[in-house]
Amino acid sequence: MSGVALGEAPVRAPRWETLRLLARSPAFLAGAAIVLFWVLCSLFGERLVPIDPYAADLLGTLDPPSAEHWFGTDQLGRDMFSRVIVGARDILTVAPLATLLGVGLGTAIGLVTGYFRGIIDNLVSRLVDAVLALPLLIVALMALVALGPSNGTVILAIGLSFTPIVARTVRSAVLAERELDYVAAARLRGESSGHIMVMEILPNILGPIFVELTVRVGYAIFTVATLSFLGVGLQPPSPDWGLAISENYGLIGGGYWWAVLFDALAITSLVVGVNLVADGLQNALDQ
Amino acid sequence: MTLFLLSVLVFAGGQLLPGDVGRSILGPLADQRAVAVLDHQLGVDRPLLAQYGDWIGHFVLGDMGMSYIYRAPVAPFIGTALVHSLKLGAVAFVIVVPLAILGGVVAALNVGRWLDRVITLTGLSATVVPEFVSGIVLILIFGVWLDVFPITATWPPDSGILTQVYYLILPSVPLVLVLFGYIARMARAGTVTALDADYTRTAVLKGLPYRTVIWRHVLRNALLPTIAVVATQAGYLIGGLVVVETLFHYQGIGGLIYAAAKSHDFPMLEAGVLTVGVIYVLAALGADLLTVRLNPRLRFGGAA
Repeated sequence: MSGVALGEAPVRAPRWETLRLLARSPAFLAGAAIVLFWVLCSLFGERLVPIDPYAADLLGTLDPPSAEHWFGTDQLGRDMFSRVIVGARDILTVAPLATLLGVGLGTAIGLVTGYFRGIIDNLVSRLVDAVLALPLLIVALMALVALGPSNGTVILAIGLSFTPIVARTVRSAVLAERELDYVAAARLRGESSGHIMVMEILPNILGPIFVELTVRVGYAIFTVATLSFLGVGLQPPSPDWGLAISENYGLIGGGYWWAVLFDALAITSLVVGVNLVADGLQNALDQ
Repeated sequence: MTLFLLSVLVFAGGQLLPGDVGRSILGPLADQRAVAVLDHQLGVDRPLLAQYGDWIGHFVLGDMGMSYIYRAPVAPFIGTALVHSLKLGAVAFVIVVPLAILGGVVAALNVGRWLDRVITLTGLSATVVPEFVSGIVLILIFGVWLDVFPITATWPPDSGILTQVYYLILPSVPLVLVLFGYIARMARAGTVTALDADYTRTAVLKGLPYRTVIWRHVLRNALLPTIAVVATQAGYLIGGLVVVETLFHYQGIGGLIYAAAKSHDFPMLEAGVLTVGVIYVLAALGADLLTVRLNPRLRFGGAA
């Protein structure tokens, strides 16, 4: 549907127009502020927090929140406040890289299959259908059990499982675009297929690809956190929030609420922030 | 066709998992000859194509092979787990579908006003929070602090249906939250489009009462795309079940797949994943058929 809209309206608002729309949306600004906060925390948090997030204190395990430990301590006596503050770093590295991989590869496949059609397109589309019949999480879970969990394999697993979805979106945008006159003109000029795909079609479908990129980052964070919770994502001693909840959720029956609640709130704020940004961008680009 | 490719993919995925099957069952200390004998008994030393043919042939007939871990047929495990998951999924759907459609339609009728914004933003935020996060907060609030719901989903044996539903309410809420946003968004978009359509203007200009226009003209057209979304979410739901069933210690298909993946129990894993895929494809097919049935315009075209 976005492909059709693009085909009809080649006139795109100048970039500053989009920016002005964004600056007027309170939801977008709130989301951007949250994301910025966590990015700054992951870049500089380690230097700012008063207590080393990795330092265990076996005499002070599972202390409730106090003046010294604002968010209490975990099973190893590590300061929860410091760990929550620096806990965004790994997920904010892994999720965007996985998204770049998935969107990059998906765009390449979508361009080629949409432009050439034919047997390859048929085959790839069927394969995409088959992969999409499995929940993303289960595909990633199987891949990570096979490859063994590490930051690299998490990026690979999530990136590759995003690829078919992105390929499908890009392919439908290309299908709408390739029938337009400028493509026919380029063909008559004798431009090569590769040149037409990359230099002619690609710039015209950057809108949907950009939206796909921002939406996918949200999904990637969702999925990385979930995989970490399941024990096949980010690995100890990372202060990652999902991992921390996975380590501590068995304790909440005993009343140790601080060992999971702050991590849960932190994840919530990050995913909501990212999605407010994605939603704001989508609305601004649609107008 | 999709199902065939899916089965090949699942099988290939299973083969990708590392390690010698006999070795992983017998442990690192076992004699190499014993490993070879077990490999031969399990048939994993045969060519891949023969293994695949054997596996899919039996699967179609309902024989899903033997679990490496339990040394018992896989099918009964899958069957029991599927029933459990269907119960949980059913509770979630019964809660979310009316709620989300109502939310979407109310938002659409108030489009642009604050009620629309509140519903849209709430839906968006609820959808993006991972299930384990909302689940843990729910357990904390309703299971530990208020103590009104049990924190595991496994009911005592011989519980009646009401007790079972009571045990499933808390685990279903994280799924409800994630699904709410998608379904409400579709319902809202469909209603907004229908409100703008010519047939709605005609109905209003004919002087039909507002209520009749909404029920007879707008909603009928607006909710068709929503049905398709509800069905595709059934596939997503199973991914969510992996998390929720792990968190709430519930013996469903998601928990089963997770346990099988962690313990490298390939027959169980492959059977579980293929079952999930089959359910998804069937749900999508069912949605197509239902859409065609409800929309007369599609009945004779080749659209389905």
